[in-house]
Formats: sequence, structure tokens, C-alpha cells
Amino acid sequence: MDKRAGGGFPAGVLAKRIIPCLDVTDGRVVKGVNFVDLIDAGDPVECAMAYNEQQADELVFLDITASSDDRATMVDVVRRTAEHCFIPLTVGGGIRTVENMREMLLAGADKVGINTSAVKTPELVDAGAKAFGSQCVVVAIDAKREGPGKWGVYTHGGRTPVGRDAVEWAKEVWRRGAGEILLTSMDCDGTKAGYDCELTAAVSEAVGIPVIASGGAGNLDHMVEVLERGKADAVLAASIFHFGTHTVGEAKEHFAARGIPVRPHVD
Amino acid sequence: MPVKVGIIDYGAGNLRSAANAVQALGFDPVLLARDEGFDGVTHLIFPGVGAFGDAMGELHRRGLADPIRQWIAADRPFFAICVGYQVLFDSGLESPGVPGLGVFPGKVVRFPEDGRKIPHMGWNAVRLLDPSDPLWAGLGAQPYFYFVHSFYPEPEGSDLIAMECDYAGTRFAAAIRRGNLIATQFHPEKSQQAGVRLLGNFLR
Repeated sequence: MDKRAGGGFPAGVLAKRIIPCLDVTDGRVVKGVNFVDLIDAGDPVECAMAYNEQQADELVFLDITASSDDRATMVDVVRRTAEHCFIPLTVGGGIRTVENMREMLLAGADKVGINTSAVKTPELVDAGAKAFGSQCVVVAIDAKREGPGKWGVYTHGGRTPVGRDAVEWAKEVWRRGAGEILLTSMDCDGTKAGYDCELTAAVSEAVGIPVIASGGAGNLDHMVEVLERGKADAVLAASIFHFGTHTVGEAKEHFAARGIPVRPHVD
Repeated sequence: MPVKVGIIDYGAGNLRSAANAVQALGFDPVLLARDEGFDGVTHLIFPGVGAFGDAMGELHRRGLADPIRQWIAADRPFFAICVGYQVLFDSGLESPGVPGLGVFPGKVVRFPEDGRKIPHMGWNAVRLLDPSDPLWAGLGAQPYFYFVHSFYPEPEGSDLIAMECDYAGTRFAAAIRRGNLIATQFHPEKSQQAGVRLLGNFLR
């Protein structure tokens, strides 16, 4: 390696991103966030600001009920978050049309995540990319192991199989103009036993766009594993950060010590 | 003269983010969507996302191309971001046949499809060619900024280049400087401390 500055990596090494995800319903964070100094741990804006303080690389809001009333609430959450947090913000959940996308982007979101609606209407990926650019369109894929080296796409929190191969679906949305894939292993999600590295590597190697690994983070080594063995470009995690097990800063130090490029903490 | 920030609004840009960052720095920006309202503006910010051709089309339709060219010709404080940076050049491979603003000679090219992931998305470090530039005050030796792009300008002649970045073996001009102009391929409005600090230095 050439000379290092400020504990960072040589210029030109794209950092692996650490992305906390906040599940929101009716404008409230589900399960709350457990760190100190929050006046209202259920307020998504406060939680977002706390992660902004920790210098998370990006943030994801997932609207988990996403009724139409809910969307108006979410737009307001996004607008208030964008006033205070100057990192990229992705919003997913209940986005069904180009108009829904526009609403979120105008409120201050940088990217929108689509999942079920993309499965139902794959053309939504093309339309979103054409209207706002590929960089705005994140396709979320919920995948479940169906055999050795084989994963199926599921919707509705892993309950409904859609009869598609996850790697093939990833390739299709990439061709249609998705800018990024948020890949969740339904087998690992909630287990805290580690990400599905095999799934993540299969998808990451099949597409020419970044892949965010999600589902299964129980400790920082799990993240290291999915970034290295799983060839992920970013890691998404919820409880490991929400419950204060680790801060984003600790994750960065841990990664850097293992030679994984991260954006160093700025004082 | 008190600082008054104008933000170019050509319909596509995520100018809300730029406006939010300017507001966080304590200024109240005005949005400029037509060839009027420039009076009293001291600092002009030209944000951008979307395609080169779409941006140029809207700039012409709204009568903004000439005011921007005149502003730059008078060397007034100007900060262009992403596609705003790209359209300062002659042409872009993203939209063949669509002339850019032509302020600087050069063209906008695409990262090669050699197995690397495109867009170049995320946080990358830049090299400051003149670390003593007051505009970089407080950024440290090797600041990280947030990039999201598939194309980048190749300025003719290297004297414009102020910051360099590498992505998977391709070195490109992450920022250019001339007089009171700065233009960046990264998004300062999404680059947290480093980005907001850079915008703050520009507005000082």
C-alpha cells in the first residue's frame, strides 16, 4: 500500500459502507433504539440524527406498514431528517408508482427502495431509472434458500414465494436499470448467526451494481465475513446498532484493523 | 457585501439537499428557476443529478444557460456539483450530440465496463493537488466524499484539476478550481462533515 494519511486508506479505495436501517410504522420506530441521550427513541428523526452523529455512511428507513396515510407521515419524517442529516438516505416500503418515488425524492430522500412492487411490476424499475436515474433506484430482494446454491425470491416478509430465482431476478433488475441491490436473507434475518455469505457472493458476482448485504448480523465479524467472503459492497444492520451492542464507529475500527477500507471517523 | 446564496433549479436536481446544507450553515438560499432573481446573489450553487442531455435541455428551456456562463465569465463565486460539474464541459458521452455549456474544453466520459461496479457509488478519498488552498481548510490531508456517478469529465489540460480520485484503477478529476469557481463530481451536500465544511469554506 502507498502512504496512509490520518489512519485512512490510500485515495482510490472505495470504502465499504455501514448502513443502519430503521423500521418505521405510523411515523414511529419499531422496537426503538436503545442508546443514551435520546429524548424520544421512537422518533425516527431523532434516531437518524443519532446515527448521523455516529457517522454512519448512509441510512435506510423502511416503512413496514406503508398504508397510504402512512406514506404522508413518512414523507414528513424524510423531510425533517434531510434537514439535519447530510448523508444519503434511502426510503423503502409501500412505494408502488413513479409518483410515489417522486414524492420521497422531493422530500429529501436520495434513493427509493422497491421490493414487492418491483416483483409485481418489473417495469417500475425501468420507469424509475429513466425518470430519476439508476442511482435513485434500489431494488430490495428477500431471498430464501431452496436448495444447494439456489435461492428463491419471496415477498411479504418471506411468507410468499414468487417462483423466481434470486440470482436471476437480481440480474434482471440490474439490466432494467436498478442502481443497487439490497439483499436480505430470509433464512438468516433475525438469527444473529451471520449473513448468508454464499447467497451474497452469488448475487454480487452476477451483477454489475453494488450489493448491500442484510439479515443475520450478530457481531462485527459477521459483517467482516460478508464483506470479504460474501463480496458485499455495504452492510445493513438494525439490532446490532439499535441496542447499543456496537456503535458505527466501533464497526469502522474493527473493519479497518482487518484491512477493510472504511471512511475514517472525522472529528 | 452580505452573503446571499442562489441555487440553480432546473427541475431535476435534488436541490432540496443542497438547500438544506446551505441552511444548516446559517444562510437562507433563493432558488433560481429562470433568468431572473440573480440580483443581489453573491454565491451561486449549481447542483445536479440525472442525465447530461436532460440537464442541458432544461437549462436552455428555462433561460439559465447564459446567466450561468456570464456568472462564471465574471469570476463570481460558483460551486457546481455532479451533473452541474459535467455540463461545464463541451460534450458528454451520456448524451451524444448535446453540447454542454462549454465553459471548459473537455468531454465527459464513462467508466469502462471491465467488471467493476458502475455507478461508482459510496465514499472515496480524494487527493488535494494544492493542500494549501484555503478552500480546503479543515478537511484534513485526505478527505472522504460521497460519490454516485457513472460518468466523469476529462478536462483538457491538467491545470484545472484540484482534486483527484481513483476508482478501480481509473484516475479522474474529482474537482476542478479556477478563480472563484469550484466544481466537484462528489456530492458535498451528502458528504457529512467534510462536505458541509467545504460548502462553508466556499460561502465564507
